[in-house]
Amino acid sequence: MTISLPSFHSGEPVALASVPCLPVRQFRAEIISAVHAGSTLTALFGAPAENSEIHLFGVLADSISSSLSALSAKVNEAYPSLTVECTQAHWFEREIAEQWNIEPQGHPWLKPIRFHPPYRLSGAARTPLSGATEFFRLDGDEVHEVAVGPVHAGVIEPGHFRFQCHGERVLHLEISLGYQHRGVEAALAGGPNKRAIHLIETLSGDSSIGHATAYCEAVEGLSGTAVPPRALVLRGIALELERIANHTGDLGALAGDVGYLPTAAYCGRIRGDFLNLTAAICGSRFGRGMLRPGGVLSDVDANLAGELSRRLDKALKDVEDATRLMWDAPSVQARFEDTGAINAATCKALGLVGPAARASGVERDVRQDAPSGIFRFAQIPISKWNTGDVFARAWVRWLEIQRSAVFVREQLASLPQGPTRIAVSPMAPAYLVVSLTEGWRGEIAHVAITDDSGRFARYKVIDPSFRNWMGLAIAMRDQQISDFPLCNKSFNLSYCGHDL
Amino acid sequence: MAAPSLFPLIAAGALAPLMQSVIIRTKSVVAGRAGQPLMQPYWDIWKLLHKGAVYSHTTSWIFQMGPVVGLASVVFALTLLPFGGFPSLSAFSGDLVVFAYLIALGRFFTVLAALDTGSSFEGMGASREVTFSAFTEPALFLALAALARQTGQLSLSLLLAAVSPGAWSHAAPMLSLTLGALMIVFLAENARMPVDDPTTHLELTMIHEVMVLDHSGPDFAMIQYGAALKMWLFATIIIAVAAPWRSGNRWVDTAVGLMGMLILGIATGLVESTMARLRLLRVPQLLLVAIVLSALALAF
Repeated sequence: MTISLPSFHSGEPVALASVPCLPVRQFRAEIISAVHAGSTLTALFGAPAENSEIHLFGVLADSISSSLSALSAKVNEAYPSLTVECTQAHWFEREIAEQWNIEPQGHPWLKPIRFHPPYRLSGAARTPLSGATEFFRLDGDEVHEVAVGPVHAGVIEPGHFRFQCHGERVLHLEISLGYQHRGVEAALAGGPNKRAIHLIETLSGDSSIGHATAYCEAVEGLSGTAVPPRALVLRGIALELERIANHTGDLGALAGDVGYLPTAAYCGRIRGDFLNLTAAICGSRFGRGMLRPGGVLSDVDANLAGELSRRLDKALKDVEDATRLMWDAPSVQARFEDTGAINAATCKALGLVGPAARASGVERDVRQDAPSGIFRFAQIPISKWNTGDVFARAWVRWLEIQRSAVFVREQLASLPQGPTRIAVSPMAPAYLVVSLTEGWRGEIAHVAITDDSGRFARYKVIDPSFRNWMGLAIAMRDQQISDFPLCNKSFNLSYCGHDL
Repeated sequence: MAAPSLFPLIAAGALAPLMQSVIIRTKSVVAGRAGQPLMQPYWDIWKLLHKGAVYSHTTSWIFQMGPVVGLASVVFALTLLPFGGFPSLSAFSGDLVVFAYLIALGRFFTVLAALDTGSSFEGMGASREVTFSAFTEPALFLALAALARQTGQLSLSLLLAAVSPGAWSHAAPMLSLTLGALMIVFLAENARMPVDDPTTHLELTMIHEVMVLDHSGPDFAMIQYGAALKMWLFATIIIAVAAPWRSGNRWVDTAVGLMGMLILGIATGLVESTMARLRLLRVPQLLLVAIVLSALALAF
């Protein structure tokens, strides 16, 4: 029953006509067999089709051949769920059900993830109340339930966490999000327009560069724009600086959560030093306004390149000193080790991405699996560890900080000459493009489909947080409830990136 | 025995929040920050006293009694303690048992008030507090018993007065063990690192702080002030055992006592600055160490 699917790369446009439209049972069987054979389900989403039908698209990634493939099916009211046989589809199918009012039949835990009215209305429009849903409950006299959020004690984003506990032990955690839903995907349809890039840059504020890179590569792919090498290098530098800054902040926050002041006190400041490097390039600490389809808006001259290198070395030395205290402190390691461990098999089954996956020994990094931009020419070694616990997630961050710094230093020393931006031609009509970027949290996937006039018919965003929240819930099983903040920080997922 | 003096009570009342300031300032300096003004804990209490209190409909009078009994029990316990050459306000044979139970009474009402809210957070905090105090109370009793056995006194005033440089010269091992146990009890009872993190905002990890989350205004001021007095209480015992020099001049001895408070405050700040908090499961092991130390002290 296996058919040959079109194979393409990240950022390479594919004519919609060449994406096979299969009967839904075959669509389902193809995805399940590919995932069982080792592929990753990069995206599974619906797009409006004619006759009020919904066009389901599945994108599969094969890390061995570094290639992507796509397939589709038309559905109307319901289809047999994939989740039962392919756990990676769990969250995707809940999203499809919520967005398009379609029932994935047999889905084990079908409930809203963002609590918004469906895009495709049939009958009366329902506007669900955020968090008003049925939660998994344990029965028994000794079981107690702890509800945390959506309003938290710290200045963080809103999310609701429901713990089923036996004493201090967590038997189950259910996470309910959606409080930050802004309707970004709906707002992007019909684009691109002048607002599009700003919506993208604020999808998840700390991943501005990551999402902007994915968006630009999608638009450039659809319009056949060859971005000048200098712009590609500058994008790579900005992406890695974003990674270094956020990882540094995370290491400090992890130390803070176990009450270890020395590292916590310094990392917050050093994160600012790294953010200021981005600000020195483009004027914004988070890299807003730097990337645009066709290239970048900011340039780095020889003087600035030298200064950036110097400041990078100094900040890197500081973060090395600050974190060495933490790696050498037995009291910290006693908290990090064996806390919130997930094994590689679980990681793969859930389709986790980023440092969370690499900490469990899963070699998954877009910069190697599906490289685009400068990463086709300059490789960064994959940083991984094998224990899958809080320590591993912290250690992988530290490895990545060092390797990204080496990359940034090399690139600053050998900036190619030439322009930083070229004009972008109109996008091809009826095409599909998948663009992947390794953001600091993990794989950022954007899928753009154009209509007959070359506008976005559907723009799908998959933030790494979308994939990893379930990982946090699983990591908390059989853990101490007092270790939840630490586990949560070791994933450090985005609420607004998930809620879109 | 010397005439009862109000001075120990006044000193505690006036200076206890300052000791917390010393800890906070130490942590700030180690972290490279300027730190809050030394008088800030006083301003905080003053500010809270001028606020209104919010009471949930689900709570009863027990919730409002918690802070009152908590503060009152600590004040009563303070009347049993001498400070820097000044004798305590009251002393009688066996008052060390009263002392321990006054602390237990304060805890009992704090826990009841926490349970009264019906909040899952506060219930968790109450459960942790009671679990850990089941370890700290025996440690405190055994340490006091060891001191009583060594000095032959059953009144806190006389007992602490009897610890002298001479006692250290012939019973150093026993006094060291007692001091070790008291230090651990001091950190645990006052919700300091590595047992509890007084500065965290993460409810799920808290012990003491989470039990008082629902108190506000003057009630919370009483809790804050009571916590400062409680720390002073334990610190007084530790200093009396660790620095038993008596010059005979009350003011010189008071200066020694205050210097001891300063050193203990800085030491607590340094502990908090240099180590991570224990995993909650490991806390009982630390508290068991306190029990073992004090039991050994009693056996010596």
